[in-house]
Amino acid sequence: MQNDKNMKIKIGLAEMLKGGVIMDVTTPEQAKIAEEAGAVAVMALERIPADIRAHGGVARMSDPTVIRAIQKTVSIPVMAKCRIGHFAEAQVLEALGVDFIDESEVLTPADEEFHVDKWKFKVPFVCGCRNLGEALRRIAEGAAMIRTKGEAGTGNIVEAVRHMRAVQGGIRRIQGLGDEELVTEAKNLGAPVELVREVKKLGKLPVPNFSAGGVATPADASLMMQLGAETVFVGSGIFKSSDPVKMSKAIVTAVTHYMDFKLIAKVSAGLGEAMRGLEMGAIPEEERMAGRGW
Amino acid sequence: MQIGVLAVQGDFSKHQDMLRQMGIESQLVRTPAVLSKCDGLIIPGGESTTLTTVMQKHGLWQPLQEFGRRKVIFGTCAGLIIMANEVPGHPHATLDLIDITVERNAYGRQVDSFIDKVKLELSGASSVVEGVFIRAPKIKACGTSVRILGYHRQDIVAAENEHILVCTFHPELTGDERLHRYFLHKVSRHIHD
Repeated sequence: MQNDKNMKIKIGLAEMLKGGVIMDVTTPEQAKIAEEAGAVAVMALERIPADIRAHGGVARMSDPTVIRAIQKTVSIPVMAKCRIGHFAEAQVLEALGVDFIDESEVLTPADEEFHVDKWKFKVPFVCGCRNLGEALRRIAEGAAMIRTKGEAGTGNIVEAVRHMRAVQGGIRRIQGLGDEELVTEAKNLGAPVELVREVKKLGKLPVPNFSAGGVATPADASLMMQLGAETVFVGSGIFKSSDPVKMSKAIVTAVTHYMDFKLIAKVSAGLGEAMRGLEMGAIPEEERMAGRGW
Repeated sequence: MQIGVLAVQGDFSKHQDMLRQMGIESQLVRTPAVLSKCDGLIIPGGESTTLTTVMQKHGLWQPLQEFGRRKVIFGTCAGLIIMANEVPGHPHATLDLIDITVERNAYGRQVDSFIDKVKLELSGASSVVEGVFIRAPKIKACGTSVRILGYHRQDIVAAENEHILVCTFHPELTGDERLHRYFLHKVSRHIHD
């Protein structure tokens, strides 16, 4: 898979984003704050997930005006989201020259059976997952980066932890299997056996594995890095906190130095209020975003 | 000989894998204390603004600049940008360790990233290698202290001076060891001088 030239270029950009923080922004001013804080990329959105959740209705791809204004303001990569299965939105985003497309459960799905065929695009895609099978299905469709779904817009890390543990646990399980057991494992995972073999060989996913959905503090970021994330997406956690400038810098530091707990203690002090957050029990099943995608 | 890989941000693990493939165990460098134990350093690809911001904030910038004046550093892509002496339009200071003028994202956005053949001229031997260019910069001009080591079409893509080796592409993503081997020779020559 890595031998495909186009895929190598796509995964290449994901490699460059490792050890960094990707921040959701809705205006050029926020994008500037993110870049100055040391973000490796920004996700250009009309509304951050917490507001999408509060607003309700159908959530779609952002207005190109918002994306263009942000592209003009920063020199770091600019990502944008399309709806699951909405390949026309993806084609529009590619035409806008975004650097990465997130086929995201945060937006309202356009197709309840099929995801976008990502091999057809020159622009790389990132997709969410809750477990190893889902991650491998997205990679089979051409995703160049995988992220945990977590539960976006909640400021609650519990789902991201669940999903990262499920992926890592699934990888460890495959490594303990005999070669003769891999076809059945692939069947159970609902994933192509070639990718299952590759995971056994590599001991990790064949594309970078990032974390998203619920990161609200520097310690949350460190937690996800220690659980095996290679970069952290922060959505609502920054611009829903009381001091976004300070919070964004603190989370960047916590990702770079995720094992330096004295330093994380220092940057965590006096950050003001983190986003208020939601207890999972308070979100009705039908309003949870992580269940979107198949 | 102790080789470090700057692990502030970027594809440092790919460089570490590459060195391991060549039989070298490297140190991940995140602090001045670890840096001071190294004889040579690699600054990986990544985001140059992030690398600069994080290093300036946590006291790694000055030590790195002093390191580069005395010891050998190999910078790929973002590593090249932060060591250049001039990057027009770049909002940050650079380490000013090699006399080259660099244009960031010179080929365009990610959809303009590409893989193509690169001609290298290392230690008198010519070779053609696969160059992976990801949102890559261009070297627009070189000072007299700089030797050109490689071209993609008309563009200079690899260069060096006494201590510093740079390239605009990513040898760490292809498994081709030539530039890394050249870097290791440069470090060992420097130690024995």
